[in-house]
Amino acid sequence: MSTPRALRQPLSLRLASAGFLGFWCLLAAFPIFWIAVMSFKTPIDAFASNPLSVIFGPETRAMGNGLSIIDILLGVAVLYATVKLALGWLPGACKRFAPGGQVWLGWLIGVIGFALGFLIVFFGILPLITGVLNSLTGPLGTKILGLSTEHYKAVWIENQFYDNFLNSLFVTAGVVTISLTVGTLAGYGLARSGSNLAFWILIIALIFRALPHSVLVAGYLPVFINSAEILKPILGENAPTLYGQPLAVIAVLVSINQPFTIWMLRSFFQNIPNELDEAARVDGCTHFQAFRWVIMPVMWPGVITTGLFSFLLAYNDFLVTSLLLDANNQTMVPAIAGYFNRETTTTDQVEAVAAAVSITAPLFLLVMIFQRQIVSGLTAGAVKG
Amino acid sequence: MKFKTFAWFVGPSIFLMLLFIAAPLISVFLQSFYVTQPVFESVEVETCTPGFLEQTCVTEIKTRPILDDAGQMVTQTSYVGLQSYRNVLEPARAWEALSNGNISSLLTIDFWKALRFTLTFTLVTLPLVIIVGLAIAVAVNNASKRIRGPVIFISLLPFIITPVIGALSIRWLFIGDGIMTAFLEWALMRDISMFAQGWTIELLMLFYRVWHVAPFAFVIFYAGLQTVNQDTLESAIIDGASRWERLKFVIIPHLMPLIIFISLIHLMDCYRAFEEIIGFSSQAHRISLQWLTYDLLTPDDSGNRSISRASASAMLTMVGIVILLIPLLRRTWRDHKGA
Repeated sequence: MSTPRALRQPLSLRLASAGFLGFWCLLAAFPIFWIAVMSFKTPIDAFASNPLSVIFGPETRAMGNGLSIIDILLGVAVLYATVKLALGWLPGACKRFAPGGQVWLGWLIGVIGFALGFLIVFFGILPLITGVLNSLTGPLGTKILGLSTEHYKAVWIENQFYDNFLNSLFVTAGVVTISLTVGTLAGYGLARSGSNLAFWILIIALIFRALPHSVLVAGYLPVFINSAEILKPILGENAPTLYGQPLAVIAVLVSINQPFTIWMLRSFFQNIPNELDEAARVDGCTHFQAFRWVIMPVMWPGVITTGLFSFLLAYNDFLVTSLLLDANNQTMVPAIAGYFNRETTTTDQVEAVAAAVSITAPLFLLVMIFQRQIVSGLTAGAVKG
Repeated sequence: MKFKTFAWFVGPSIFLMLLFIAAPLISVFLQSFYVTQPVFESVEVETCTPGFLEQTCVTEIKTRPILDDAGQMVTQTSYVGLQSYRNVLEPARAWEALSNGNISSLLTIDFWKALRFTLTFTLVTLPLVIIVGLAIAVAVNNASKRIRGPVIFISLLPFIITPVIGALSIRWLFIGDGIMTAFLEWALMRDISMFAQGWTIELLMLFYRVWHVAPFAFVIFYAGLQTVNQDTLESAIIDGASRWERLKFVIIPHLMPLIIFISLIHLMDCYRAFEEIIGFSSQAHRISLQWLTYDLLTPDDSGNRSISRASASAMLTMVGIVILLIPLLRRTWRDHKGA
C-alpha cells in the first residue's frame, strides 16, 4: 500500500526526523556505552582526553592485556551464537525437558544451565583456543584493542562485591514475591468492587505514592534502631533489632511499592471481562477459587509487567537501603557510594566504574528480554487515564 | 462482591500500607515536636599541673553527659513545640535577608537553598521532558517499522538504569579532563571545570533528569500517537492544514490527557529529586529537599542523627506534596462523580 501523495513527506523533513532520532539514540546510549568501555581500561586510558585512546587503550595494551582480531571475531561469533540459541532453541528445550510438566522449573534449570554453559565456553574454553590461534597466525594475532578485566576482579573478588550482590538478590527477590502476592489480591478486590470504599482506598494509595521516601524513613529509623526495647514486652528476650535487617527492608520496600502495584494491577484486572468470574461463580467457585483458577491463568502478562516494575524499584533503591541497612549487609547501589566517596586514586574511580557497569548489566538484559512488557506497563496507567 | 470477601482480598495490602506508610507519617509528625537529647550535668573539675614550688590548680565547670550503669548516655525526650521547625526554617535570618532584599543570603540557609533548587529543577525540566518526549515519539512514528524496535530498546536504557548510576555515568564523562570536558574545551577554546561551581553542576543535573525521564514521556506519547483518529487527520489535510497545523490542532489536543498525566507524574517525582545529589556529589553547591532530610538522618561525625530536625524538614516537604496533589485529587474526584 503506497502512501497518498498528500501524506508523503518532503526529503528535508524526513532527513531532519531521521537525524534527530539518530542524535537521540546516540545521546541515550552514549554515557552507558562509554562507562562500559572505560571499565575495561587502565586508569590512564579510561580518563584520557582523547576518545580514541579510551577506545583502543594503548596503555592497557602496553601492559599486555588486549584482544587481537581473531579474539574479537571469535568472541563476537560466540556471542551471536549464544543469542541465537537463547532465543531460538532454549524456550523449546525448556518446555520439552521440564520435569513433571512444571514449566517454570524447566525454565529455571534451563536458564541457569545455559548461563553456566555460556560462562564456561566464553571465559574457559575460548581463551585457550584463541591463545593457540594467536601464536600461529602472526599479524592477525597481535593485540590491537587494549582490554583488561583487572578492575572487575578487584571489585568482585578483592572487595567482595558478591556479598552486596547476594544482598541485592535477596532483597529484590523478596520484594517482588511479596509485593506481587499481596498486590494481586488487592488489585483483584479493587477492580471487582465498585464501592465507594474501594475508590477511597485508591485515592489514599495515590497520595501515598507521592510521598517522598525520606519522610517515611524518618519515621522508621528511631523505631527500627530501638525495636529491641520496644518489642521486648511482646516478644521477650529475643526481640530483634530491625535496623540492618534485610527482612525489615523488604517489608518497607514492599509497602512503599504497594500503592503503585495495586493501581497497576487493578488496571490490568479491569481488562479481564467480568463475565469470566461470573461464569466461574455459576459453576460453583467461591470468589477466591475463581480468582485462583480462572483469573490468575489469564493474568500472567499483567503480573509479569508489574513484577518488573517492583524489581526496578527494589533494585534501584538507594535512599531506603542506605539508611536502613548497615555496612555488613549493604546492597549493591548504596555500596557503590563507598567507592566514589573514597576517590583517592584514579584506580578507585575505575573500580567504581566497573562496579557501576556490573550493576547495569542485569538491567540491560532485562530490557532486552522484557521490552514489550515494560512498554505495555508504562502505557497501562496512562492511556486509560 | 460482599464486603467480607472484599476485606479478605484487600486486607493484607491495607495492613502493610497502614503499618509502614500511615503509621510512620503520624510518628514523624509527632517526632517533629519532640527532641531527644543526652542529659548533661555540670561538674566542677579541678585540674592541677605540676609547677615550681607548688602546683598550679585550675577549677573549671565542665558539662558532660550522664552515663548509666551500662556506660550508655542517658537521654531524655522533651516537648519543644515548634523549635525544630524554627531550626530548619531559621525564620529570623530568613526574614532579615528578605527585608534587606538580599536573596543570596537567604540562600545560605539550607532549607531555602534546597527549596529554591527543587522548585527550579522541577519547573525547568517539566517543559523540556514534554517537548523532547513528544519530539522522539513523532520521529519514531515517522521512521520505518524495522528500526522502531531497536530505537525503543535504546531509548528505554536511560529510563531503566539505576538513577544514581545514570547520574554517575554522565558525571564520569565530564569529570576532570574527561572526554566531554576535553571536547567542550576544544570547542569553546577555554579552560572548563564542570564541578568547580554550582551552576555548571546544576546544568548537568538538569540534563541528566531530562535524559532519564524523556523516554518515559516518549513511550506514553508514542502509544497515544497510535490512537490518533486518522479520519480527523485526513479531513485536516483536505482543509489544507500544513504539517505544523495538523500537529498543533489535531495531534496535541488528542494527546492532552497524556500531557497532563506525564506532567503530574513528573512533578511528583521531580519534587522528590534526590539521586542527582548523590550521583553528582553536589551537596557543597546544590541540595534538594529530600536530600536535606536524608542528610539530617545520616549519622554525623559524632554518630548522632538529628531525628527531630529531619522530621520537621520532612513535614515541611510534605506541604509541597499536598499543594502538588490538590489539582490531581480534584480531577479524580470529578471523574468519580461523573462515572
